[in-house]
Amino acid sequence: MRTKTFTAALILGALCALFHHTPLHAQHETASDLLDGETAFKASCANCHGPDGDQIQGIDIGRGRLRRPMTDAELVQTILTGIPNTPMPATQMSPAQASQVVAYLRARWASISATTLVGDAARGKTLFDTKGDCASCHRVQGAGSGLGPDLTTIGAARTAAELQRALTDPNAQVQPQDRYYRVTLNDGTQVEGRLLSHDTFSVHLLDSNQRLRAFSKADLREAAFITSPMPSYATTLTAQELTDLVSYLSSLRTR
Amino acid sequence: MRARVFLAMTLAAAALSAQAQSPVSFERILHADSEPHNWLSYSVTPFNQRYSGLTQITPANVKGLQQQWIWQARSLEKFETTPLVVDGVMYTVEAPNNIVALDATTGRPFWTFTHTPAPEARPCCGRVNRGLAILGNTLYMATIDALLIAVDARSGQLLWKTTVANAAERYAMTAPPLIVEDKVIVGVGGGDNPIRGFIAAHDAASGKELWRFYTIPGPGEPGHDTWSGDSWKTGGTGVWNAGAYDPETRLVYFGTGNPAPDWDGSKRLGDNLYSDSVVALDVNTGKLKWHYQFTPHDELDYDSTQVPVLADIQYRGQPRKVMLWANRNGVMYVLDRVTGEFLAGKPYVKANWLDGFDAKGRPNRVKFPSAEGTLIYPHVHGGTNWAPPAFSPRTGLFYVASWENSASTAIAGQFPKAATANNQQTAMGQTNLIPFFNNDTEPFGVVRAYDPQTLNPKWEFRLSDITWGGTLVTASDLVFSGGRDGYFLALDGNTGALLWKASVGGQINAGAMSYSVNGKQYIAIAAGNSLFAYALP
Repeated sequence: MRTKTFTAALILGALCALFHHTPLHAQHETASDLLDGETAFKASCANCHGPDGDQIQGIDIGRGRLRRPMTDAELVQTILTGIPNTPMPATQMSPAQASQVVAYLRARWASISATTLVGDAARGKTLFDTKGDCASCHRVQGAGSGLGPDLTTIGAARTAAELQRALTDPNAQVQPQDRYYRVTLNDGTQVEGRLLSHDTFSVHLLDSNQRLRAFSKADLREAAFITSPMPSYATTLTAQELTDLVSYLSSLRTR
Repeated sequence: MRARVFLAMTLAAAALSAQAQSPVSFERILHADSEPHNWLSYSVTPFNQRYSGLTQITPANVKGLQQQWIWQARSLEKFETTPLVVDGVMYTVEAPNNIVALDATTGRPFWTFTHTPAPEARPCCGRVNRGLAILGNTLYMATIDALLIAVDARSGQLLWKTTVANAAERYAMTAPPLIVEDKVIVGVGGGDNPIRGFIAAHDAASGKELWRFYTIPGPGEPGHDTWSGDSWKTGGTGVWNAGAYDPETRLVYFGTGNPAPDWDGSKRLGDNLYSDSVVALDVNTGKLKWHYQFTPHDELDYDSTQVPVLADIQYRGQPRKVMLWANRNGVMYVLDRVTGEFLAGKPYVKANWLDGFDAKGRPNRVKFPSAEGTLIYPHVHGGTNWAPPAFSPRTGLFYVASWENSASTAIAGQFPKAATANNQQTAMGQTNLIPFFNNDTEPFGVVRAYDPQTLNPKWEFRLSDITWGGTLVTASDLVFSGGRDGYFLALDGNTGALLWKASVGGQINAGAMSYSVNGKQYIAIAAGNSLFAYALP
């Protein structure tokens, strides 16, 4: 797997020009519509097209590379009815949901830079194991630490853009189950770890030594979320290295 | 449908372990506070104060409470039932609609009455039941397939059943019936669907319907013009929680549910009476005496199906017969239950949909669903939902378990969106605990004691997670409550101090109750899929 490049800015430009005169329902879409569209995309379309939309040969619906220019109405119809004699099936979406998916895709296309670098997954794996030191916190196919999220299938769960952001701004979006927590005991001892659960009286962590720890809140002086220990690679990796690493992570899709 | 009698647990055995059982007259129900060893209706008496007169367990000794028994339901549905106890025999419901008689000292079953609801039964929010009623030697249960069933409390045998509404039309019943004299009074739920809600009184002996009050006025009736077009025919307004009764006013009181369709008010223009209201009905005729609408033209599913709590108190210097109401819409009310007069209203949790009331108590609404989404407090599930609150005539405080700091994003014509991750985890209560990750910016549960004079909280006990549990208060000023994080708590009713807790391993979706047998006081609570009983050693 590799990250596809879109040096083909001309193609995108042409697509944008084509779409420019066919404004969709965009004026009417709310942020919630786009979120709903993204949810529906991930729940349905991504199963075949992949989270980046680039898993079907010859098209990349994540970046607007279609077999031919299509209006919003045509896209909605395709989602609803599928394409006969191809693997593209009809979906169970309502027209409104299909419109939300199209709106999400349009917004996504509009945000993609035309100057994305080419990534190399093999180089990315080397970075993962060496300069990035990623395995000191993350595990892939059973190798590495369990302190951070297991990345064995991260490529199936996250888009390249999401992975890029996680590398450069790791606190921008942390899944609830991956949030870091620090407790300070009454004697001043501090313990940090991934919050597994908490309730009115207790806190449960996987601490930085990968031990399951339970604390009574009565024994704690302080307890609070803290920022992720994940470092930002925005300055420690070059743009090319980041792209390579994203390319490797995107390739991690099956166990 | 059939009754199962356990061979090894005959009525003879019941007689050995239980106190002598005598028929439960309506006078006994009305004055159930005079026999606090029993629990004869959903919240003790038809005043619904959920105040137990028992005093063996006190703030000084409550830390010694020990688990006495657990009864496990063979059901994965939410356990929302408050049991009844009559002279040592406990009656509860195994969801959806099996009645179980237990030895209240051991939790061992005497018999199980099995009712398999019709496949047409499709209640909106869980195949649940909140409790039974008893009169004489007969138990009454309202079922999710909209039947009213009468069962012999001694043998578990079916006496009669009657169809209250058509389950195929999405009617369903989940609430404990209200007994008044020789009547069994029930409401029909299903108001998120295109039903026309109603309250009906049935003859306790035969099941025959005696009167029916539609919660949506028909043509020619006052209030009919608060529904545009034909929307009144399908305007929902179900009734799915316990009612109250005052023998002096001879009025029964019920809270009503949201108008339907829930989210699209454009299809039902107007105030939509008597949705989201309390209605006071003449017990003999079912005629409406007064109403108060908490949320006119509701578009956020703010059902007013909370349990009406009646109290006779000194209010602003005068003796007054009031009704206390912590509403799903985030506002707490004091109403005169004789006249329906609005006496006071005040948000008791964060609520931004109104900025006050006019002189008659009509709320001034300032937040509306919009195309882009409007953040509205409280959440669609409310400041509190259906769980029963408590009132102590000793402390004069009103004890409410609620959700604080909860909100929804209301989008015109659509199901509201959760504003935070914590809300997203909520679906009218789950039976099992779930990992919980929230932080202080998200909703949390809280048990508070409110002074009805001011509607200000005197104290609060904060929970990490939200709560679907109710409250119980005892004559020794103990408050029992719990929440979604699976702890059952005893709090000091005067200060809110935590005095005892037990981890029950499943979330609490019910109100606690208390009873005694052979001089021993018990506290019982449903949690997860089980019923727990505690007592001092």
